[in-house]
Amino acid sequence: MSRSTKETSILDRNILKQRSDQVSLSAFSYIYSELVQYHQSRVSNISELEEKLASAGYGVGFKVLELLAYRSRENKRETRIMSILQFISSIAWKALFGKAADSLERSIDHADEYMIFDYNPVTSIYVSAHQSAADAYISGVIAGILEGAGFTATVSAHAVQLEEGESRRSSIGLPVKKDKAVFLVKFSPQILERDTTLER
Amino acid sequence: MTFLHLFIVNKSGGLIHHRPLSKHAPHIGTNDWLRIGSTFHSLHAIAAEASPVKSKHKNDGIEFIEAEGLILCCFQTRTGIKFVITAEPGTRNLQKVLREIYVSYADCTLKDPFYELEMPIRCELFTQAVDDIMRQYG
Repeated sequence: MSRSTKETSILDRNILKQRSDQVSLSAFSYIYSELVQYHQSRVSNISELEEKLASAGYGVGFKVLELLAYRSRENKRETRIMSILQFISSIAWKALFGKAADSLERSIDHADEYMIFDYNPVTSIYVSAHQSAADAYISGVIAGILEGAGFTATVSAHAVQLEEGESRRSSIGLPVKKDKAVFLVKFSPQILERDTTLER
Repeated sequence: MTFLHLFIVNKSGGLIHHRPLSKHAPHIGTNDWLRIGSTFHSLHAIAAEASPVKSKHKNDGIEFIEAEGLILCCFQTRTGIKFVITAEPGTRNLQKVLREIYVSYADCTLKDPFYELEMPIRCELFTQAVDDIMRQYG
């Protein structure tokens, strides 16, 4: 059904070309706000709301993984924990949000926990209370990517206070937040075992 | 030369936000605030009816009150929300400040999924945004 002169449907576009179409932040915020309100009217507490938002992002994660893996033209898929996390925090984040995640850290207290930091996730730019609930969607996306890549993990979003020295990235026109978002990735024990076996 | 108070009245006349904008602002109790909100809402509606000329904008009503001790400026949105700001006589840029507050309202409260429309505004980002505006103009 494609016309010869100009491609009109999204299915006719070249899948390899990464188009950086700009979408208005306001439009996204309103649509996402509506999604959150839709689920909020159907749940009884906030953890159920987080579950619903995470499951909404889960499917997105699978598809994003497929698309980005295809676009990157790599012949090998990631099998190590650090490499898949680096894929998520740099390539996936850039494709989804326009810039890489602010940092990726391994937890000191727990060997199976890793943290991805983002100073101002797009899902909660205008949210004053329950910021981590609004970011549950992004946790779902991360969980979807990990599951699709073969890593079983639980991902949760948290808000932590910014430390003294950290610069609050206040872009002009956006509200200045006091907290940064942390996505805590907890891998299951089999995955950790597998990772240590591969290390040898 | 300073701003005194800001209050926001919803479509049905209920007060959804009120705050002092500087240290000079006199303290007004909560009950008084509710009374001010509903009184202003009614006066606004009466002024719209009493006006001999119907304005094209359909946003008829009180826009500006100038008294000896204060000046009051009101901005009504298309949805019926009224942003009212009071200041000492001689203060400038009232209209501009009201527009900027409106923009912050549209950003910090309307895009917040946890804010219910027409309910009292409890969004911290909105309070911070108004603080920033006051820092810029106050």
